[in-house]
Amino acid sequence: MIDLALHIAFGAVALSQILAFVRLLKGPNVGDRILALDTMVINAIAIIVLVGMNWGTQVYYESALIFAMLGFVSTVALARYVLRGDIIE
Amino acid sequence: MTETIVDILIVFWVIVGAVFILVGSIGLVKLNSPMKRLHAPTKASTLGVGALLLASMINAFAHHDGSLHEMLIMAFLFVTAPISAHFISKVNIHRGVTDATPPKPQNDDIWATQDQPPDRTI
Repeated sequence: MIDLALHIAFGAVALSQILAFVRLLKGPNVGDRILALDTMVINAIAIIVLVGMNWGTQVYYESALIFAMLGFVSTVALARYVLRGDIIE
Repeated sequence: MTETIVDILIVFWVIVGAVFILVGSIGLVKLNSPMKRLHAPTKASTLGVGALLLASMINAFAHHDGSLHEMLIMAFLFVTAPISAHFISKVNIHRGVTDATPPKPQNDDIWATQDQPPDRTI
């Protein structure tokens, strides 16, 4: 039962990753592209958590944590570059 | 019997998390203005990933050695999601794609994002 639910969740998260990539390609302005990249990082964290549940291991949480930190830092850096023309002034 | 109840709980939270993540991305594609699009994926980053991590914790306690270190990811995401949403909404306001205008800066200055030649494209 858990296997079936995990496979359904894999399909749903993979579909949402494709939809976020569609928004990344379409734009139409830079805020939408930053938001689409942020959403893709969130979906990648969800896929890593699902892989960890599916294989029954605990070793994937460090990678999920690193994805969360790098996603936040890259979102803030991109937004700050657009806002100020520079990241560290 | 108790294992069945725990399994149903795990399946419930996995499905809830997957549905919230899918709804967030559908909203990202389907809504028609930048501020509306900003509203949808924040559900995916808080409720969606939160429900999946809750299911993962219940799964670890039921079938493996119990662990609580998913709480770290959850706490980090819940702290950083509003900050990045605030930054993206500031980008939308300053790039002039919404009706709102930023307040005047001090000393008759101009915001750096609005001090651009008009043909600048990113």
